[in-house]
Amino acid sequence: MPPRPDPPKVEGMNLDEDPVVRTHDLTKRYGDRLAADRVSMTVRRGEVYGFLGPNGAGKTTTLRMILGLIRPTSGSAQVLGRPAGTAEVTERIGALIEGPGFYPYLSGRDNLRVMTRYRGLAESVADEVLGRVDLADRGGDRFKSYSLGMKQRLGVAAALMGDPDVIVLDEPTNGLDPAGMQDMRRLIVELARGGQTVLLSSHLLDEVQEICDRVGVINDGVLLNESTVKELRGAASLLVRGEPVERALAVAMGVAGDDAVHLDGERLMVDLGPDRAPELVRRLVAAEVSVLEVRSVERTLEEVFFEMTRGDHAGGQQRYDGHDEKVEAVR
Amino acid sequence: MSTTTTPSTPTATGAVAGTIASTRAELLRLRRWPAVWITIGAWMALTTLFGYLFNYLSYKTGDTSFSNEGETSQKMLAELLPGYIPHVFIQGMPMFGGALMMLLGAIVAGNSYGWGTWKTVLTQGPARRSVFAGSLAALSVFVVATVLATVVWCFGLSLFVVVTESQTLVWPSWVDLAESTGVGILVMEMFALIGYLLGTLTRSPALSVGLGLVWVLVVENLLRGVGELLGPVEAFTKLLPGTGAGSLVGSIVGAGGPDPTPGVLDALSGGQAIIVVVAYLVLTPVLTGWLVTRRDVA
Repeated sequence: MPPRPDPPKVEGMNLDEDPVVRTHDLTKRYGDRLAADRVSMTVRRGEVYGFLGPNGAGKTTTLRMILGLIRPTSGSAQVLGRPAGTAEVTERIGALIEGPGFYPYLSGRDNLRVMTRYRGLAESVADEVLGRVDLADRGGDRFKSYSLGMKQRLGVAAALMGDPDVIVLDEPTNGLDPAGMQDMRRLIVELARGGQTVLLSSHLLDEVQEICDRVGVINDGVLLNESTVKELRGAASLLVRGEPVERALAVAMGVAGDDAVHLDGERLMVDLGPDRAPELVRRLVAAEVSVLEVRSVERTLEEVFFEMTRGDHAGGQQRYDGHDEKVEAVR
Repeated sequence: MSTTTTPSTPTATGAVAGTIASTRAELLRLRRWPAVWITIGAWMALTTLFGYLFNYLSYKTGDTSFSNEGETSQKMLAELLPGYIPHVFIQGMPMFGGALMMLLGAIVAGNSYGWGTWKTVLTQGPARRSVFAGSLAALSVFVVATVLATVVWCFGLSLFVVVTESQTLVWPSWVDLAESTGVGILVMEMFALIGYLLGTLTRSPALSVGLGLVWVLVVENLLRGVGELLGPVEAFTKLLPGTGAGSLVGSIVGAGGPDPTPGVLDALSGGQAIIVVVAYLVLTPVLTGWLVTRRDVA
C-alpha cells in the first residue's frame, strides 16, 4: 500500500495521534432491550475500520449515535475531537446509514444536487461523484426507477461528496452484484489510500477481512473485540495427516509441545507456523511415519467471528476448509 | 448521563448559513415534487369552480346553485368582477384552502420520514435547527406564492368576465386587497404549519393527512354544533384553528346569512380571530422545532 498523504488539518485536533472516532461506554436502551451496551471503540485516522456483527447486533444503532441521529441513553461519542452530531462534525462526515434515503420523484442527479445545497457545495460535485460510483449514465433517471444496487451506489455517492474526513458506510455492498461489490471494495480501499477514514459496517466477513485494517466485533450490543484483522485471526497452524496416527501424534508433540497438538479424527492440528513445517516433516519421516499431507491453515475471520458470537459454530471438518489455506508440502 | 452525542447548538453565523443552505435545498426538491403542484393546482381549481365558474354559469343560464342561491342576477355578476376579488379569493381558505395547505405541510414533513430522507439530510452538515428552519421557510415560500398566485388568477378570471360581459373595469380598493392578501397568507400558513406539525408528530404522511382532514372538515364542525348546547365546549371551540381562520376571513367577507360559505364564521371578532391565528403561527413551529431537535431520527 502506498504511503498515506499528509493528514487533513482540523482545528484543535492532532489527526496524527487523536482517534477520528472515539466512543466511551456508548449505550442505547429501547425499553428492556439494550441495543448498544457500553460500546467503547476507537477508529484511527486513515484506516478502514470494519464494524462486524450479525443482523441486530447493534452496529447501526452505534453508528447512528456516532452520527448524532439518535441520542445515547448514556456514554459519549467524539468524532474528529468534537462531540458527535455537532454541525462542525457532520459537515466533515459522509454517511450512508441503513440503506439510502432519497426523494423517489427526483433523479439521482437532482437528489445529489439537493444534498450539495445542504452541504454548501457546487452542484457540479453531484456529477463528479456520480462518475465515481458508475452512475453517470443513469443520473437523469428517477430514483424510484433504480435497482437496489443503484440506490446503494447513489447512497455511497452522497457520502463521498465534499471529500469528507470520515466516511461511514453501513452495509454498503447490500444489493450489489458481484462486480459491483468488487468495485465498491476497490473504492473503499482507494478512499483509505487517499487519507480518508472509513468506518464500514458489514456482516459480510470476507469483505471485512479483505479490506479492513482493524475490526470491532459486536454482538447483542456488546463490543466483543477490537483489534487488527491479523490479530483477530491469530497465527497459522499446520494440518498433518500421517500413518500411523499415534506415532505421528507423538512426533508432533515432541516438536511443538504437548498442548500445541490437537487430534481431529485422523488429522492433527499443530500450532506451528509454516516456517517449522520442514522440521516437522523431517522428524516424521525419520520416525518412519508415512506423511500423507502437510499444509498451513489460517482461521478465516468467519471462523473467528462465529467462535466469538456463537461458540465453535463452524467446527469439525469445515473448520479448516477456509480459503486461506496454503499447501506447503504433500506426501 | 453523559450525552456528548447531541444535536448541535450552532453559532449564529453557522446557523444563518445553514438555514440559507437548507432553504435552497428544500426549495429545489419541493419545486420538482409533483405532489406540491397537484395540491396547489387543486386549490386553484376549487377557487375557479366555486368562486367563478359555477356562479358565471348560473348568471348566464339563470339557474342557481348552492353557492349563489337567492342572489339576484346583478349581485351574481358583481361578485364576478374585479371589485369583489378581495372577498372571493379568501372565502374558501378557512376550509378547503386550509385543508389543502395542511395536506401540503403534512406531506412535506411526513414523507421525509417515510423515505428516510431526514437521516440523509441530517448527516449533510447543517444543524437540525437550521434544517428545520430551512424546511419551514421553503414551505412558507410556496404558501405565500400560492396566495399571491390565487389573487393573480382571480384577476385574470374576473377580467375575462369584464370583457365577455362588456362591463366597466373597476379595480378593487388596494387597501382591501392588501388586507385580504395578508389574511389569506396568515390563514393558509397557519394550516400549513399545523400540517407540518402533524407530519412530524406522526412521522407519516398518510396518518397526518388523514387526521388533519378529519379534524378540519368534520371534528371542528361537530364540536361547534355541540358548543351551541354546552357552554364549556363553545368556549373551547373558540380556540380552535378553524374557528380562528373562519372568523378572521368572516371579518372581511361577512358571515352568517341564509347560505353562509362553508368554514366562514362570526364566532370571534376580527381582533380575537387574529390573536388565535397568530398564536397557532407561533406555537406550532415552536412545538415542531422542539420535537425535531429532541427526537431520534430512525
